Amino acid sequence: MTAPADVTAALQSKFPQVTPRPSGDHPAVNVSPAEVVAVLKYLRDELAYDFLVDVTAVDWGVEASPRFTVIWHLFSTTHHQYIRLAMNCASDTEPVAPSATGLWPAANWHERETYDLLGVKFADHPDLRRILMWDEYPYHPLRKDFPLAGIEVPLPDIEVAELTGASAKPAPMMGGPFVASSGEMNLTDAEPRAKDESWTERKVKPVSA
Amino acid sequence: MATEFAYPDNASKTESASQEFQTEKMALAMGPSHPSTHGVLRLSLELDGEIVTKCDPVLGYLHRGDEKIAENMTYNQFVPYTDRLDYLAPLANNVAYALAVEKLAKLEVPARCQAIRVIVSELARISAHLLGLGAYGIDVGAWSVFLYAFEEREKLYKLFEELTGARFTTSYTRIGGVARDVPEGWNGRVEAFCDQFLPILEEILGLLTRNKIFQDRTVDVGIISKADAIAYGLTGPNLRGSGVPMDLRKDRPYSGYDQYEFDVPVGAKGDCYDRYLCRGEEMRQSVRIIRQAIKKFPSGAWYNEDAKTIFAPQKAKVLSSMEELINNFMIVTEGPQMPSGEVYFEAEVPKGLLGFFIESKGGGVPYRMKIRSPSFCNLSILPKVCAGNLVADVVSILGSLDFVMGECDR
Repeated sequence: MTAPADVTAALQSKFPQVTPRPSGDHPAVNVSPAEVVAVLKYLRDELAYDFLVDVTAVDWGVEASPRFTVIWHLFSTTHHQYIRLAMNCASDTEPVAPSATGLWPAANWHERETYDLLGVKFADHPDLRRILMWDEYPYHPLRKDFPLAGIEVPLPDIEVAELTGASAKPAPMMGGPFVASSGEMNLTDAEPRAKDESWTERKVKPVSA
Repeated sequence: MATEFAYPDNASKTESASQEFQTEKMALAMGPSHPSTHGVLRLSLELDGEIVTKCDPVLGYLHRGDEKIAENMTYNQFVPYTDRLDYLAPLANNVAYALAVEKLAKLEVPARCQAIRVIVSELARISAHLLGLGAYGIDVGAWSVFLYAFEEREKLYKLFEELTGARFTTSYTRIGGVARDVPEGWNGRVEAFCDQFLPILEEILGLLTRNKIFQDRTVDVGIISKADAIAYGLTGPNLRGSGVPMDLRKDRPYSGYDQYEFDVPVGAKGDCYDRYLCRGEEMRQSVRIIRQAIKKFPSGAWYNEDAKTIFAPQKAKVLSSMEELINNFMIVTEGPQMPSGEVYFEAEVPKGLLGFFIESKGGGVPYRMKIRSPSFCNLSILPKVCAGNLVADVVSILGSLDFVMGECDR
């Protein structure tokens, strides 16, 4: 099967609400939450994008709205083209996206990871548990408001926590790592620094940010 | 006249047995530190006698938050973190990462740099597959393979050390080039390694391929169908072992892979044995690619000389020229300057497709970077493929998937 000459146009003729999305490489489209599964199914069955490469999300920051964008990457094992789908989550506080587990079992773990690290819930996911962090972990660490050093939380094993009094502590940031900020800014701001998460012998280590 | 002997009816026997012994399913935690889980993977198995009825992989023991870290440092600063993804083939990860960022910058590297990257990627593939085979041998009871494989890996480490200064965590690539040119005579030593490696590879594979015990443990065990392999997002030798000839080096050639002649081995059945055979053949093909790359090794620059705001200038120039000094200062403090935009790039690393999705708002730091790790996707098929097998076969299946937790958990 050959690749459709213009996959965006092909999609738009079938789904009028699909809009092209600026992209640095592969064709990319914005899809509305209601249509995502139908578009994915159409791409898989009609246009031979049969390989789900990746599902992830981007957090645009606490002030941004829409705050969360879910990204799908598909690949074709026959015509070897990629396509990127993006969907803005309607809610900024309780982001939800439709699940692709009905189309690809591969989506299962990708969606669990996206839920775990960014807190995007996938509706109709058969088993939406955390996958990298432990089940009781209270935060979504890849969100932009989560500090790089981490936040103190109790250990996953309550028995051990009670016996030892230990907890998962923020990483020591004193003296580095020096981190830089993204975006175009002046030299002073862009310079790598230990941000406001640094502390010294004199400045007490913050418990949470 | 022979007396007729009635054998006991098996069905009724099991029925009466199950009435006699109330069996219940047993929960078994395999790992996180179990020799066959190759790192820190835990499988919570549900067993009915010796048969696995349910398998739930528990990940995250090696989660370091690489994606969070990437958002907080410049593109070049992240190179050492890519070493620690698939730590059995750090050079291949370095190359994949550099190519992804260069795609964002729309930057081409010169032919010599591409050839260097191809050679190191293929050496890394040999190194990773050697460990994969050696460890798999141990998993299914063939100890000596490991020793032969590690002797060869030691030779590779010597070559890596000479090229990059480090045996294990190489951090060799930079955005727009590599850390340094190949040393004098290094290519010759790589060729010498290839010459002596092929007979030894035959010896190593000869210990397993026709070995009855090895075949008993692997043939027809853990069969993954073509459709399942694609649906679960398997990549690399695991996908090709199931008969899907997908190899990005052929399908979407990067780094000049289209100039080299090589074959993509595929399996027929998709069992553990096929995956093993694919890895063995891939090493032979890697040697083929390395030989061709060395034969037409281009002269010229080994980094992009026009990328003045991305690739740090050479030290001699920094110390003698004002412009280079400023460029060097800017690249070190602010990071290589990238345009805004989003790109996704995958490369064929030993374990499969290692992908980087980079969302950039410009400047020297990615706004968001997602790492699509092949081991993570390859493991997601475990619940399906392990169910219904014996516990001992789980070990065999795990070894045949050849995963690395450093990459899976990120």
